[in-house]
Amino acid sequence: MLRRVLESLSLTDSFMWLTGGAIVAVIVVGSAATLSMGRYSGRHWFDFIIFGLAQGSIYALIALGYTMVYGILRMINFAHSEIFMSGPYTACYVAMALSRSGFLESQPILSLAVIFIVAMAVSTVIAVLLERIAYRPLRTAPRLVPLITAIGASFFLQYTFRGLYGSGFQAYPDIRMLQGAWLLGPLRILKIQVVVILAAALMMAGLYLFIQRTRIGKAIRAVSEDKEIAALMGIDVDGMIVRTFVIGGMSAGAAGVLYALMYRQVHFFMGFIPGIKAFTAAVLGGIGNIPGAMLGGVFLGLFESLGPNLFLDGLGVPSPNQLKDAIAFIMLVMVLIFRPTGILGERLAEKKA
Amino acid sequence: MLKKILTILLALTMAGMALAGCGPTPGPVEIKIGVNAELTGGIPVVGASCKNAATMAVAEVNDAGGLEVGGTKYKVTLFVQDNEDKAESSAAVAQKLITQNNVLAIVGANASRNAIPAAAIAEDAKVPMISPWSTNPKTTEGKKYVFRAAFIDPFQGRVVAKFAMDQLKAKKAAVLYDVASEYNKGIAEFFKKTFEEAGGQVVSFETYTTGDKDFSSQLTKIKNAGPDVLFLPNYYSEVPLQVQQAHKLGLTIPVVGSDSWGSEELIKLGGKDMEGLFFSTHYAPDIAAPVAKKFIDSYKAKYGSTPDDVAALTYDSFGLLFQAIKSAGKLDRQAVRDALAKIPSYEGVTGKMQFKEGSGDPIKSAVILQIKEGKFTYFSTAAP
Repeated sequence: MLRRVLESLSLTDSFMWLTGGAIVAVIVVGSAATLSMGRYSGRHWFDFIIFGLAQGSIYALIALGYTMVYGILRMINFAHSEIFMSGPYTACYVAMALSRSGFLESQPILSLAVIFIVAMAVSTVIAVLLERIAYRPLRTAPRLVPLITAIGASFFLQYTFRGLYGSGFQAYPDIRMLQGAWLLGPLRILKIQVVVILAAALMMAGLYLFIQRTRIGKAIRAVSEDKEIAALMGIDVDGMIVRTFVIGGMSAGAAGVLYALMYRQVHFFMGFIPGIKAFTAAVLGGIGNIPGAMLGGVFLGLFESLGPNLFLDGLGVPSPNQLKDAIAFIMLVMVLIFRPTGILGERLAEKKA
Repeated sequence: MLKKILTILLALTMAGMALAGCGPTPGPVEIKIGVNAELTGGIPVVGASCKNAATMAVAEVNDAGGLEVGGTKYKVTLFVQDNEDKAESSAAVAQKLITQNNVLAIVGANASRNAIPAAAIAEDAKVPMISPWSTNPKTTEGKKYVFRAAFIDPFQGRVVAKFAMDQLKAKKAAVLYDVASEYNKGIAEFFKKTFEEAGGQVVSFETYTTGDKDFSSQLTKIKNAGPDVLFLPNYYSEVPLQVQQAHKLGLTIPVVGSDSWGSEELIKLGGKDMEGLFFSTHYAPDIAAPVAKKFIDSYKAKYGSTPDDVAALTYDSFGLLFQAIKSAGKLDRQAVRDALAKIPSYEGVTGKMQFKEGSGDPIKSAVILQIKEGKFTYFSTAAP
């Protein structure tokens, strides 16, 4: 038995497993050392976890767009980070107008609703136009063609928004309701982080139910499984693809507002880094798989927030936070070594291999 | 038939060339100056201010009939190029200005991370370059053709460290800086060195990389270390995030900064979190000398806002360059460089400066500003 396993291992495989093992060892030793040092109290770890969850749920919302489009079209929509940017950037001007008129102060909940609706609407319109103009005419083209088109569309959108709103940073106005913190005994949670986590969780739960329980959701799943058969069953394939882009656009727009509320800055290039991270999250969770994208996002956010302090502090690495992105991507490599299809990618591999 | 036409054309061309060859050589009819600015990217306000001040400086000269060099008046033409706030684009822009636009001299880039690669290109091509805003020593170090209008970071680091110790009575300092950017890294290290030499203690020296939006774990560590003052030598688009997140974590010690703060965007983005904080910079618009007053007024009239330090330094860079071209007496890169290197004294918007042969860095003073009621207010001056 053991010999059969050893024989079937190729050189690359064993190299990858060795690398993986070494990384795991570093992580275990580093974490043990950090925890035994006792430099951070439980309260700090709690802060890191809450922040990681907040950041991760934003990644998860963006990752949904990547994963759903991949599921249905087998293409990576690289312009998704611009869909994410367009909504909150546009809504920023609405927010500033509301703030100037004093409406934001007197009716914060209503104003927030307006900001969300504007952002989600703009992102959705951009997503649908993108599908109609840039991707649909290329539906039968070789797979590389829509990929390159997506990259081109991404640049086009970035610079269109730069032309529209200028290249400066814009600040989201203060919303007093979301400032400050709640005290839970000895723990202190920032209100904005709670709002971000709850809002994202709510939206993801809603989306999951929509995909699993409704007729449209069922049709979308059918199209993503097999376009031809779905068409034969009388499902409007193009319509379902448009709906997928609508859902992706809406969740990206909402994620964008949450992001802007957390960091209070918008910029025409703001989508790039979160977009790359969300794409990573989608691959991490198993691309094409919706719960996978959610899990991947949260996973990535937590590792980014906990990783540098937990794994590296104990090893005596000076200022480990600059290695945050490196840790996130090493996690991706790790997952891909041990589970090449991503965390929840198994069913996908069976179905679509 | 075709052959005939070709022959005639060839003959005409040759005649033309011959004619051009005799007669008095018509020299260049204009002075071409390149501007290498951060119009897009992480710090677009810097690029905009640089472009505005450059346009204004050139318009002033052209409105007066041009720049008089060796008895002839020349119009000045400006070539403004965007370096996207990227080191490699900045080098490419410098190369393009030199080879394609054939400029006499280059003003920019501004941020040190862009000025350092551009300086290497200018030095190789023997083209005089003045960086208005770069304060990292590496920009001019060991170079003969590169100058700047700003003071340098060892001086600025000393000014801020002394200010923190003497005025804020700080004994323990923390620093959070962008490790991927030359300027931030340089000044953080100079600050640390001076602060420790003067008997202080740097209890936390934390880093991040350009574009990060979350600093909460670094700030948590800083808070644990219990410093009296926090030094943030970072650019205006990131500082508000850092200060806001520090306040959210309950870290309320005084925060000091450096000249990278000096844009009104800082207050726009940071709001009331920025109130009461200090930073060192190149000039204070509210205590301006007459030269500066005139510049501030016409800038305001033209662009509708108070010029920031980048605008003032760009204007001074052009002032220095025009003076050097005049005293060189000819439109020659080498002659302009030689004249720049020995400008004895220049009264600019950002104060008096002078150059000594062998160094591209001017000798000048710095000011400390405080943010009060949403405005940059003069606090004190630090002499060189």
